[in-house]
Amino acid sequence: MGIERWTLLVTGVALLLALPVFTVFFTALQPASDVWRHLVDTVLADYVLNSVTLMLGVGVGTLLIGVPTAWLTGVCEFPGRRWFEWALLLPMAIPAYIMAYTYTGLLDFAGPVQTLLRETFDWSRQDYRFPAIRSLPGATLMLALVLYPYVYLLARAAFLEQSAAVLEVSRSLGVGPWRRFLTITLPLARPALIAGMSLVQMEALADYGTVQYFGVSTFTTGIFRVWFGMNDATAAMQLAALLLLFVFTLLVCERLSRRQTRFHHTDQRTQRPPRLRLSGRWSWLATATCLIPLLCGFVIPAGQLLVWAWRTAPQMIDHRFLELAGHSLWLASGSALLILSLALLLGYGQRLRPRPLVRLAVRSAGLGYAVPGTVLAIGVMLPFAAIDRSVDSWTREWFGLSTGLLLSGTLFALLFAYSARFLPVALHSVEAGLTRIRPSMDDAARSLGSRPRAVLWRVHIPMLRSSLLTALLLVFVDVLKELPATLILRPFNFNTLAVRTYELASDERLADSASFALAIVLAGIGPVILLSRAISRVRPDHAPLS
Amino acid sequence: MLPFLELCDLNVAYPPRKVIRGLSLQMPCVGIGCLLGPSGCGKTTLLRAIAGFEPLRQGSIRLEGIELSRVGWMQPPEQRRIGMMFQDLALFPHLTVTDNIAFGLRGWKAPERRARVNELLRLVELEEFAKRYPHQLSGGQQQRVALARALAPRPRLLLLDEPFSSLDVTLREDLAREVRTILLREGAGGLLVSHDQFEAFAFADEIGVLDEGRLRQWDNAYNLYHRPADRFVASFIGQGVLLPGQIGVDGRASTELGDIDGTPPAGCAAGDDVEILVRPDDVIHDDASPLKAEVAERAFRGAEFLYTLHLPSGARVLCLAPSHHDHPPGRRIGIRLNIDHVVMFRRNWSVTCIESPPVSKP
Repeated sequence: MGIERWTLLVTGVALLLALPVFTVFFTALQPASDVWRHLVDTVLADYVLNSVTLMLGVGVGTLLIGVPTAWLTGVCEFPGRRWFEWALLLPMAIPAYIMAYTYTGLLDFAGPVQTLLRETFDWSRQDYRFPAIRSLPGATLMLALVLYPYVYLLARAAFLEQSAAVLEVSRSLGVGPWRRFLTITLPLARPALIAGMSLVQMEALADYGTVQYFGVSTFTTGIFRVWFGMNDATAAMQLAALLLLFVFTLLVCERLSRRQTRFHHTDQRTQRPPRLRLSGRWSWLATATCLIPLLCGFVIPAGQLLVWAWRTAPQMIDHRFLELAGHSLWLASGSALLILSLALLLGYGQRLRPRPLVRLAVRSAGLGYAVPGTVLAIGVMLPFAAIDRSVDSWTREWFGLSTGLLLSGTLFALLFAYSARFLPVALHSVEAGLTRIRPSMDDAARSLGSRPRAVLWRVHIPMLRSSLLTALLLVFVDVLKELPATLILRPFNFNTLAVRTYELASDERLADSASFALAIVLAGIGPVILLSRAISRVRPDHAPLS
Repeated sequence: MLPFLELCDLNVAYPPRKVIRGLSLQMPCVGIGCLLGPSGCGKTTLLRAIAGFEPLRQGSIRLEGIELSRVGWMQPPEQRRIGMMFQDLALFPHLTVTDNIAFGLRGWKAPERRARVNELLRLVELEEFAKRYPHQLSGGQQQRVALARALAPRPRLLLLDEPFSSLDVTLREDLAREVRTILLREGAGGLLVSHDQFEAFAFADEIGVLDEGRLRQWDNAYNLYHRPADRFVASFIGQGVLLPGQIGVDGRASTELGDIDGTPPAGCAAGDDVEILVRPDDVIHDDASPLKAEVAERAFRGAEFLYTLHLPSGARVLCLAPSHHDHPPGRRIGIRLNIDHVVMFRRNWSVTCIESPPVSKP
């Protein structure tokens, strides 16, 4: 019967996509090995301490950058405000590891900054102390610079949502602007700020490229080391499970605070307060506040990449570069299409059969975005290897043939990992789009003789076109940037732009890596422009487009 | 002959709430009906059950003798050939008027499809809007597109879920009458859901009054008004009050406003307390009458005044008087009773005075 087919299909696909997460938890329940005990005795405390410090540091850092800029561009008026509104999102286009490479190139001993200092003051190596960028504070700074736009986006939306009435009431009660910000604006925006900070902290915990390059021992680098250096899958999983506990705590924080944001949602029709006009000294201060993160988060690193690429591109852009770009391009577009189809299937299936079982399955498939790429890759690798082994031994027993590796080390494994990791990105867009389509549309199409599948093709997909395109582009860029899972799961001798950037940078050939990095950054600007268009649409001083 | 539409002992529930309870209904032949009731009475749910969107807990639904739904099984909505017009119209925003109307004609050959679409465009008088998109049309035009779209695949029955409720009152009745004409011309049955009695009167031959998931009465408009089956129908349809009285030895009911002829409710004997439904048009303002009542409130209605009057006992009645009879509150005026259709209920402890809700909300 048709009813059960949808339920089965959707639940099955969703649970399959949740497999890596489940694998990690179940493997982690196995008894501790010697390696694990060794870890506990030696480096585990470091991992925890570094990861937690990084997480907290990045959280505070993004708040310090994101909240003032969001408040200034959302509520105030100053020179360049309109321009900053979207430009402040640009750092999102740069992956954290590329940020780390450019700043290392700029700030290390041989870099232009220190060279300039030495030449200007005629110093030699012993004469001065320059803070090392390749350190935990350095990593914190890099991550904060690329991640603050998350906080900025959510905080800005929260500030814009606050109704004029509340602010006017407080004014009529004689509260000045500064106290108003502290006692009303900030507390009202708190759920959004917590949600943004939790997201950012999840990303910080998931980072591999930056901390690895800076030599900071965190969970993710630890997992890599235990898995490939000590060859202990179970211990790696136990580390991964511990990391996931942190991540899920953040996830719960995020969810809870998101739920609260709904209570603060004010009537759309209420009048927005007029912008606070800053003048003189204050307006310059505001411009500077917005300019600094933009410069440090985008202009300087992108400029450095351009300078390097200018120098090295003639040697680096050859047929191999094109081959890698081709790999990246089709891998990203192929997985984006696949992931979008899966998201449509799950989103629509959930709409068709809103049962607790289906909902739970789809929710668990959505966990992937909280799972660091390293962990996810291992969660894919283990079950695939197990399947390969058992198929191999079975065929050898019955047919005397060895099938070797069927799944692991193939593009299929990579696509599967990408799907598990980035499905939620697409699912979020699809679900948001679907909720905007009234259920009576489905009913109308059904009563006009269309079967559920035809309804999807004839009504939902055409109506969702723009959200689907957005989702496609977001996933495309996410896959293009993805580093750790690709490193672990890619087929032998299969390379992508991100992996090549990483390899060259690891060989200290920073300038050579610039062309590859620049290609990734350029691709990443696309979705940023999309996002900025979306936020300019809610700009209060314009009537909403209807 | 098999009845056109037959609902047998239906139960529909959104657990834990029972929405439709043991409802039975027959439309003997292709005709136009209406389910009327206050919001939350389950009328939309009933419509959705007929369309095939809600499963049954009990009972069955048949159309032209063929079972559509029973417990544990329902024919998918796309196979029922039952059209539906939705409250929000649900026009497909990405399709033009033509494509919206042609949506349900997928299996048809191109020339036939084109002919059918043109026929409907003519029928709803939207030929020059064929290439527009729904958002470029006015509310009334959108209603017509929704109607044409629902009628295009020649449904056996058209269900209408308050599709006119977003229009203002006068337009609403006009459109209801217009849709009625179109349905009759197309030879399709119709079933409207509404909370507005005037819309129902304008649209339907037969009207079912629903309350809390139960069908109170299934009858034509005249009978619903003049021969309500119970207190709920009496209060829901039209305005009026229940005036206390007592059955006398002669079988007539004696009230404060005089003795009234009429059939007492079954099982009533002399001396029993009853209530008589008194409509505002049953109370005639007559200065010569010895019966006096005090004006408590007056509402100007243009051609007439609606007076709320206090009788000496404290009971209240409503009275419609021509608007040149202007009496301020507190004045005592003469009235007499002139009831054509006497409706009597056995006296109930709880309700002694009822008034219908406001006539209709825009």
